[in-house]
Amino acid sequence: MKRQISFAEALCEAQAYCLEANPNVYVMGLGVPDPKGIFGSTLGLQERFGEKRVFDIPLSENAITGVALGSAITGMRPILTHQRVDFALVSIEQIVNQAAKWHYMFGGKMQAPIVIRMIVGRGWGQGPQHSQSLHAWFAHIPGLRVIMPTTARDAKGMLIAAVEDNNPVICLEHRWLYGLKDEVPEEDYRVSLEQSRVMQPGTDITLIGVSYMALECLRAAELLKEYRVSAEVIDLRVIRPIDKNTLLNSVQKTGRVLIVDHGHVMAGISAEISAVLTESLFQSLKSPPIRLGLPDYPTPTSPAMSDHYYPESHQIGNRALELCGRKPEMLPVIQNRRLDQPDSSFEGPF
Amino acid sequence: MMIDQTKIFELWRCMLRIRMVEEAIAEHYPEQEMRCPVHLSIGQEAAAVGVCAALQRKDWVFSGHRSHAHYLAKGGDLKCMVAEIYGKSTGCCGGKGGSMHLTDQAAGFIGATPIVGSTVPIAVGAALTSQLREEGRVVVIFLGDGAMEAGVVHESLNFAVLKKLPVLFACENNLYSVYSPLKVRQPPQRSLSQLATGHGIQTMLADGNDVCAVFEASSKACKFLKEGDGPVFLEMPTYRWREHCGPNYDNDIGYRTEEEFESWQLNDPLERLTSYVESKKINSLTKKIRQEIQEAFAFAKSSPFPDGQAASEDVYA
Repeated sequence: MKRQISFAEALCEAQAYCLEANPNVYVMGLGVPDPKGIFGSTLGLQERFGEKRVFDIPLSENAITGVALGSAITGMRPILTHQRVDFALVSIEQIVNQAAKWHYMFGGKMQAPIVIRMIVGRGWGQGPQHSQSLHAWFAHIPGLRVIMPTTARDAKGMLIAAVEDNNPVICLEHRWLYGLKDEVPEEDYRVSLEQSRVMQPGTDITLIGVSYMALECLRAAELLKEYRVSAEVIDLRVIRPIDKNTLLNSVQKTGRVLIVDHGHVMAGISAEISAVLTESLFQSLKSPPIRLGLPDYPTPTSPAMSDHYYPESHQIGNRALELCGRKPEMLPVIQNRRLDQPDSSFEGPF
Repeated sequence: MMIDQTKIFELWRCMLRIRMVEEAIAEHYPEQEMRCPVHLSIGQEAAAVGVCAALQRKDWVFSGHRSHAHYLAKGGDLKCMVAEIYGKSTGCCGGKGGSMHLTDQAAGFIGATPIVGSTVPIAVGAALTSQLREEGRVVVIFLGDGAMEAGVVHESLNFAVLKKLPVLFACENNLYSVYSPLKVRQPPQRSLSQLATGHGIQTMLADGNDVCAVFEASSKACKFLKEGDGPVFLEMPTYRWREHCGPNYDNDIGYRTEEEFESWQLNDPLERLTSYVESKKINSLTKKIRQEIQEAFAFAKSSPFPDGQAASEDVYA
C-alpha cells in the first residue's frame, strides 16, 4: 500500500518542502511553533528551519498581514496562518484594500506572493465566532485566489502551488479534514489552483461539494447507488476563480445539479455557481439547480441546536432523489455518534 | 552636526521644486484634466526633504494619501507622477493609481496608498525583508497625526520594536485630519511621540518646518537603524497650507482660522532657508525648475490614455 498521511501532516510536509526549496519562504502565525503546532500542521518546522524563518506573532492580525504583504512585495514569500477564519477578519482591511490590489493598482510593478491559511471550525460548540466559512467573501475580491483543499493529497499539492504562485492565496482548511488520511506522494508535486476535481463519475446528477461537504456528497452518492441513481461528485476545491469548464461539462452531461456549500446559502458561493450553470445551460437543465448550505442564522453553540445546522449525506441524498423525480425516502441511520464531531477520535476542545 | 552650504542649497532646491510642482498642479487643476483627488504637500516640504536627504537610493520609502513630496524627495520621476495624475498610460501606475498611488521602484519609493495607517505595517514588512536578507536597507514610512489613532499603527510599532526592525516612522503632525482638529481626536496632555514611547521605541522630535533640523534628526535615526538598534519614531510638527484635498485655500470655511494659517506661513520652510541662498542662484534655479515642470506637464498632456482593455490586465501576476 502506498504511504498514507493525514491532511495536517500533508500541510506540514508542503511547508517543509517550500522552506527547504526557497530561502525567501517563511512561516508565521499565532501558535505556529507552539506544542500543538496549528493542529499538527506546523509541528517541527521551527526546530528544523530556525526562529528567523518560522515564528510566532503578536495578536495583531491586521498589522501582521501588512507585514506579510510588505515583505512579499520586496521579495519574500510568507505563509501566514490563522487558527480560525474568524480571527482573520480583523485583517480584512489589509487583505482586501492592500494585498489583493497591490499588483493591480501599481500597474503590475509589484507582486504579492502571500499565502494566508485560515481554518474553518465546526462542531464541539465552536459557536458563532469560531466556525464561520467565509470563502464567499474572499471570492468576491478580484486579485485574490481562494482555495479549499479537501483531501490530504490536494492539501500538499495545492499549498506548494500556492506558495509558488505570485498572488495572494487564501487557503481555507476545514478543521474536520485535519485527521483524515489519504495517499500522499513523498516527493513534491503541484495541484492546480484553478481546477475543480471530479471525485467520482456519474450520469444522473452532479453533486458539487465545498470542502468538507465534498465528503458528505461522496457519502450521499454511495447511498444513492442503492436507489439506482448515479451521482457525479465534484470537489470544488477552488473557490476563485470558479472552474467553469469542469462544472459545465458535468452538468451538461447530467442535466441536474445540487450544490452543497459549507457556508451560508444567502449570497454564498453556491449562488454564484448556480448562476454560472444556469446562464450557460438553461435550455439543457432537467431541473433547477438547488443549493444546500448553512441556514440564515449564526452558528449556535449547544449541540442540541447545532446538530442540524450542517447539510449531511441523507439530506443531500433526499434532495438528489427529488431532483431525479423520485420520492425522498432516505432515512438517516441511527447514528451512534454525536453530530458535533467528525468521528469519535475528535474530542475537542477546538 | 554641521550642514555645509552645498547641502543646504540642495535641500532648498529640493523643497523649491516640490513647492513649484504642487503649485503647478493647483494651477492646472481647474482645467479638469486631472480627474482624481489631489492632496497637496505645500507647507510640509521640509519633513519630506529632510528625511529623504538622510537616505541612500537603495533605501525604501512608503507613504499615504499626501505623498507627492515624499515621492519627489526620494527621487521619484516627475514625468511619471504628473502623467499618473492625468490618468495616462505613461504614468507610474499606467493610470491605475492616480495621485494617491505613486511608485518608483528604481528610486526606492516603493508605494503610497490612501487608507490612513494602512501602509504602515507594509513598510514594517519591507523592513523585515531587509533584516531577513541582511541587506542593510533602511525603510521610512511617512504617516500623520491621524494615523496615530489607528490600531494597526500601534500593532506595527509593537512588531517593529519586538523584531528590532530598521524602520523610521516619520510622523508629520499637521494638526488636522481633513477638517477635524487634533484636539477633538486626541487628549491634549499627550504628544504623538509620548504615545509612541509607550511601545518602547526610540523617539525624536524635530521642527517639521526646519529642513536642517529634520535632516539632522533623520541622519541620527538612520545611523541608529543601521546599527541594528531597532526602529525610530520621529515627530515633526508642520502645517498644510491648502485644503485637505484639492487645489484651493480653505481657511474661510470655518474649521481653522486665517490667523493660524498666517502664523504658520511666517514659518515657511522655504523662506527660512532663502536667506542662505544667493539671489542669483534663486532666479536661475527657479527658471530651470519651471522648465522641467512645463516639460512634465506637456509630457503628461500629450501622452496617450491607456486603452480600455488595460483595465482588466494586471489583476493577477
